[in-house]
Amino acid sequence: MSSHSLKKYKIGGLAPLILVLSGLCLVPFFLRAYLVEVAMMYFIYIILAQSYRLIVTVHDWQLYHIVLYGVGAYTSGMLAKNLGVPVFAAIPLGGAMAGLVGMAITLPLLRTKGWGFYIATYGLAELIRLTWLKFRNPFGGSTGIIDIPWPPVIAGIDFSDRIPYYFFSLGVMLLVMLMLYRIEKSRIGDSFKAISMDPELAASTGINIPRHRLMACAIGGFFAGVAGGLLVHRLGAVDPKLFNITTTLYLLIWVVVGGTNTFWGPIIGVSVMHTLFELSRPLIEIRPMFFGLSMVLVLIFLPGGLEGLISKAVARLQKRDRVAPVET
Amino acid sequence: MSSQLLIQTIANAIAASGMLALIAVGLTLAFGVMQMANLAHGHFFMMGAYTVYALYALGGWPFWWAVAAAVAVGAVIGLIVERGIFRPLQGDVVSGFIATAGLMFVFEVLVGEIWGWGLSRPIPSPYMRAFRFMGAAVAFQRVLVIPFAIVSIGGLMFFMRRFRLGRALRAVAQDPEAAALQGININRMTALAMAIAGAYAGLAGGLMSTIYAITPSLGGHIILPALIVVVVGGMGSIGGATLAAVIFGFVMTFVTTLVDGVTAVMVSVTVMAVVLAIRPQGLMGRVIA
Repeated sequence: MSSHSLKKYKIGGLAPLILVLSGLCLVPFFLRAYLVEVAMMYFIYIILAQSYRLIVTVHDWQLYHIVLYGVGAYTSGMLAKNLGVPVFAAIPLGGAMAGLVGMAITLPLLRTKGWGFYIATYGLAELIRLTWLKFRNPFGGSTGIIDIPWPPVIAGIDFSDRIPYYFFSLGVMLLVMLMLYRIEKSRIGDSFKAISMDPELAASTGINIPRHRLMACAIGGFFAGVAGGLLVHRLGAVDPKLFNITTTLYLLIWVVVGGTNTFWGPIIGVSVMHTLFELSRPLIEIRPMFFGLSMVLVLIFLPGGLEGLISKAVARLQKRDRVAPVET
Repeated sequence: MSSQLLIQTIANAIAASGMLALIAVGLTLAFGVMQMANLAHGHFFMMGAYTVYALYALGGWPFWWAVAAAVAVGAVIGLIVERGIFRPLQGDVVSGFIATAGLMFVFEVLVGEIWGWGLSRPIPSPYMRAFRFMGAAVAFQRVLVIPFAIVSIGGLMFFMRRFRLGRALRAVAQDPEAAALQGININRMTALAMAIAGAYAGLAGGLMSTIYAITPSLGGHIILPALIVVVVGGMGSIGGATLAAVIFGFVMTFVTTLVDGVTAVMVSVTVMAVVLAIRPQGLMGRVIA
């Protein structure tokens, strides 16, 4: 199903992809400093939304993804600050930790179904977040951790500068997307899809469901942790407020509004919704209401999300093109 | 722990159990009938509290009229949410759940814009008296919720067992298709369930409004304990929710008194994880009432 709609996007071959990529490479040299920082947040959020979609393909709409993002941030930041681990090694280690924590949270809940599962993941996520809040040593309590090391200078390029870090995070995002894309197209990805469509049928064909669910949690958690590492070494600080339920709601909004049926949905969701988020800064007080409403309306009237709308529009255009010559 | 503090804490724990039970029973009833849980349920509670704030503290209505209004407001919001969100999404569990997450934002902003953000709203207590017992003083206002919780939950259980309408609710919860074949109007039953859920949350919010610090984010704080209670009790089980409400009312109150509020939530979540690891369906399974 997904490969079918992917083909629709390949109109004109790779040209649009190359166009977007070269645009992304040129953009930081022309934008204001603030907008480059905003662009980096897009990359981080796209990693988050994409990795969340991987878990959603197994139909586990868990609510701890943002906390795993936090686990990555805390782990990477603390490794670099307290143990002197090089930043570029600390980021994947933070990812590994997040993947492990994701598995540890899911493991006791594997037998819990539907509602119970979603709510229990929310509860255990709060448990982790409150741990950061409660223990001032070593997590810094509500003020969090500051003075987290910046990335080093490598081969004359200072990665703590804005533009090098922009390219670093762009590179990481592309790498993550490539890996997630390959996973989705692999046998494992097919098994994930089979589980989400019909768990009983999937089990009867010999797919080990608990193992695949854990695998999805580990892979998705790893990438969420990597996103956290990217964040923390740019901000230089981290605190528990960054990872509360509000952030989780925004993640859900990106993924739901964008659509989860294909690989491109979360990217569309982050691009559209985070742009609206940035543009609506003057309306900061009523902004959450707009986002909440938009999610409710999309769920009711546009179940496939924006991605579904676009692929429907593309399909209709193609149909018209095909019909048009016959009519003339 | 001195005996004075112990008695006070026990009284507080019973009151907290009553409040949690009132919130959780509605949540679990709505889940049982619709197979959909409502993340914005805590915000129903918050709306009830603000109703009492607006009518009693600001508008000068008698306290009990304001509480009655809070019940009505809760029921109406429940009906609106059922009609506007759950009915169009019928059968789509994940979408319903995420849509109510979006709803949390909507309620919070509405209340914040109307009555102001951040600062908690003080509501004068209508009853200044306190029970004195073995040297401990227990504020009348604080334990007010207990008789209401007992009567309304007992009443609901009786209603579900003895009344045609209540039995119809249970039938829908057990098997919607079979219930529909018996001529039960499912839409009316889900509307009824959501109205009851909203009314109970509104009642709890109204009664507790003089105790709690009222802020627009109150709903977000109360929903986690309520969800834990529902999950541990067994989703859809009213008896289970009541039992779990008592357990967590005591656990949370005692840990809060002895250590602090953050630890109380952490302990509750851990208890929940242990229960679910051993009994994934919760203490009292899935069968309603």
